[in-house]
Amino acid sequence: MRETSAMAEAVVLRRERARRARLLWRRLTKDRLSLAAGGAIVAIMLAALAAPWLAPYDPDATSASDALQRVSLRHWMGTDVYGRDLLSRVIHAARVDLLVALTATAVALTWGAFLGAVAGYRGGWMDQLVMRLVDTIMAFPAFILTMGITATLGNSTLNVVVAIAITHVPIYARLLRGEMLKAREMEYAEAARTVGNRPARIVFFHLLPNCVPPLIVQATLAMGFAILTVAALSFIGLGIQPPQSEWGYMTAEGAGYIVSGEWWLFLFPGVAIMVTVLAFNLIGDALRDVLDPRMRGVR
Amino acid sequence: MTPLLEIRDLAVHFAADEGRVEAVDGISLTVRRGEILGLVGESGSGKSVTALAVLRLIRPPGRIVRGSIRFDGRELLDLSEEAMRHVRGSQIAMIFQSPRTALNPVLPVGRQIARLFELHRGCSGHEAWQRTLEILRLVGIPEPERRASQYAHQLSGGMCQRVMIAMAVATEPRLLLADEPTTGLDVSIAAQILDLLRELGRRTGASMVLITHDLGVVAGVCDRVAVMHAGQLVECSDVHGLFKHPAHPYTRALVRSIPRVDREVTMEPIPGAVPSVLEPPPGCRYADRCPWVIDRCREVKPELLPLEHDHEVACHAVEPSNVVPARS
Amino acid sequence: MSSLLEARDLVKHFPLKGIRAWLSAMGGGARPAVRAVDGISLRLAPGETLGLVGESGCGKSTVARCLLRLIEPSAGRILFDRTDLSALPDEPLRRLRRDLQMVFQDPNASLNPRLTVRRTVDEPLRLHTTLTTAERQDAVREVLDRVGLGPELLHRYPHELSGGQRQRVNIARAIATRPRFVILDEPTSALDVSLRAKIILLLDDLRTRLGMTYLFISHDLATVKYLAHRVAVMYLGTIVEEAPTRELFSKPLHPYTRALLSAIPIPDPDAKRERLILAGEVPSPIDIPTGCRLRTRCPLAQPVCAEPVGLREVTPNHFVACHLV
Repeated sequence: MRETSAMAEAVVLRRERARRARLLWRRLTKDRLSLAAGGAIVAIMLAALAAPWLAPYDPDATSASDALQRVSLRHWMGTDVYGRDLLSRVIHAARVDLLVALTATAVALTWGAFLGAVAGYRGGWMDQLVMRLVDTIMAFPAFILTMGITATLGNSTLNVVVAIAITHVPIYARLLRGEMLKAREMEYAEAARTVGNRPARIVFFHLLPNCVPPLIVQATLAMGFAILTVAALSFIGLGIQPPQSEWGYMTAEGAGYIVSGEWWLFLFPGVAIMVTVLAFNLIGDALRDVLDPRMRGVR
Repeated sequence: MTPLLEIRDLAVHFAADEGRVEAVDGISLTVRRGEILGLVGESGSGKSVTALAVLRLIRPPGRIVRGSIRFDGRELLDLSEEAMRHVRGSQIAMIFQSPRTALNPVLPVGRQIARLFELHRGCSGHEAWQRTLEILRLVGIPEPERRASQYAHQLSGGMCQRVMIAMAVATEPRLLLADEPTTGLDVSIAAQILDLLRELGRRTGASMVLITHDLGVVAGVCDRVAVMHAGQLVECSDVHGLFKHPAHPYTRALVRSIPRVDREVTMEPIPGAVPSVLEPPPGCRYADRCPWVIDRCREVKPELLPLEHDHEVACHAVEPSNVVPARS
Repeated sequence: MSSLLEARDLVKHFPLKGIRAWLSAMGGGARPAVRAVDGISLRLAPGETLGLVGESGCGKSTVARCLLRLIEPSAGRILFDRTDLSALPDEPLRRLRRDLQMVFQDPNASLNPRLTVRRTVDEPLRLHTTLTTAERQDAVREVLDRVGLGPELLHRYPHELSGGQRQRVNIARAIATRPRFVILDEPTSALDVSLRAKIILLLDDLRTRLGMTYLFISHDLATVKYLAHRVAVMYLGTIVEEAPTRELFSKPLHPYTRALLSAIPIPDPDAKRERLILAGEVPSPIDIPTGCRLRTRCPLAQPVCAEPVGLREVTPNHFVACHLV
């Protein structure tokens, strides 16, 4: 008797899940542009993951005879002054840029969300402390602060991650504090207390998951910004160090050759940055439309 | 004399992800001059959509798919958007359920009313202000000079509703649509607002459609009542007839389901739940909840037919003979 | 008579903040505060339903939250079955919550949108019992059955339910641990008329079956009449009248109760009633009139009403706070 009802229940559960997945998928795929952006991100990520197999040449292999080759069938994006294949370097650079931006975003998200959640739910001196800290960080122009941190700590890849994470923590902390203040006043928060939950469980089990959608949207948008920051830092020589291939540094190198006519050195890494950042921003907007029920049906 | 408002076979549909939502399914209704008509139904019955359709304020994905709405002999559905704006501004006015959100939060309430006078009556600034104070006094706001310069958030819910009513009657409309004007207000405040509406109706001669879910409000204020269920009009009657001899099984159930302070009677819940109006099957939408259901109910939508003087009902199972008093 | 829950002289003031409050305190006056609950006493016998009625802002919801210590009362004692709730530390209070539950007003806002019906109803069982997962599954199913919901809804999320179903889930969560005391905070005011009757009947049926005690908070005297054994009427933070339900509805004594009753619309166009109309609106709970709090609005007010007035028993079990009765 119990057996059969449990089985029937499992069937119901599976059907419910499939139905919900279909609904979400339909909403996500309705918009062509964000579908394209999603495709671009998946492609870039796959390329980064499969870089050693995908890249036609060793990105660091120099060859004096191949220096400054134009775009050709052998070198789809040409070569640089040391004869290194630009396509291979752009593909390998995707690994570094994405990895740094992703790690920094993940770290900032975790800390920002934690601080924001605690500040928002507890209020009082805790809120004051966290928010003043956040204000202090935000009082500096973000890029100057990142520059300052990498300059002080030394410009290793890890320090670039740390610098970007620190400047991004306020974004998430503020967002989550606001969401938490809203969620805290909801009746289900009160209901969770009435039922007998401990405060930590109310915050992290009941309220936090309800604050996640705007957080995901924000993280996606901030990803684009993080990539830009990595590239910008490297552009001015404070980020990822050569000979490691990195889009920002490559653009900086290429910039010197525009006048002499070797346009491809500047163009391809630049386009790579632009496409990636644009794709993240578009998908962020699309996610906001899908995840935020208030935006539903506006278009 | 023609009725002020005459709705014939009005249908409003909304396009949703899952299919077509038939919010209003071919209703016919008249509002006579100077009367207060109660439009009663539960949420989702289509009563608010009907009011919005009269003002032609149905926005996509919603659409008026068929029907006719004649206001004072003119077909509203054929008017240009420009002419319709004029109708909305000065002929038909609407009072919304949540007055606080319907008022502009960054403009003093008096300014909002004065602007109506300037726009629709071409008054000068000073004259508009004088008339604003006058109308605020008319809707029973004490110290209108002080209140007029306050903002919506400084006023109580009841005050906001009075301001909304003032705005609605400022242009001397001939038809007022009041959508749940007292829902969310405390009983004593709600009673004051209803008194005011009734009084305004009598003084200005304007007709009124009072949309509500509360049969008590209807009994106290309205001259006639139309009952809606899941997008269909099931019964229309003068108020005494409806409460004395409710004919449609839904109306009967509705009357029996409300708690009463004035008598010792039991509450009997209406069986079943409000049916979905997402691509509903043909026929009467009350069929699944109805104790009198016959096969025909699920096949053919019943027409609204006269039963006795000023009392129409849309039900296959109702014959004049089996209409009995509601409760002795 | 033994009581299950008793509140004595419960007070909750929310001190005002900001420059104006500070200035007024400097000026020698008392620190201004919103006097939401200003000294009320309640007593609930096991198995009975007490209706607590009043208009918005009268402090009835604050009373509810103080009784369950969701907010801390400023003064007064709360006794639950000989335990002094007002002095209970967090952990024992948390454990006691299995006996003290609440059904919330807004069925949309009071369910966590990310939890399925099963997890919502399961949570109190998980927190307060030692049942195994399988036993809890059965218990959840049984509770849902009690409130009239089928097992096919177990894996639904709140937004996939109708308003009536949500309110039933809300009730299921509250009664899952078989609490002895449940506060119903306007459980039907967000529902349609046809659902209202169903929920009221369901709640009354559950109370008799499970032997619970209810505090039923509402602004709607009509529904209170069908559920409560006794009714207490609140105005501006105090109780102005308290009586057995039948007595209150047939012989209301306080002008405020009479005004409330006479303002309720009756679904009978031929009903003739005398209306007692209160002037204006409820004064601010920051600036409460001295003496009888209703006197600024009361059509019957006399000079004596400026004197303080307390509840007194005019007929057995019928308490009124009015000089003129």
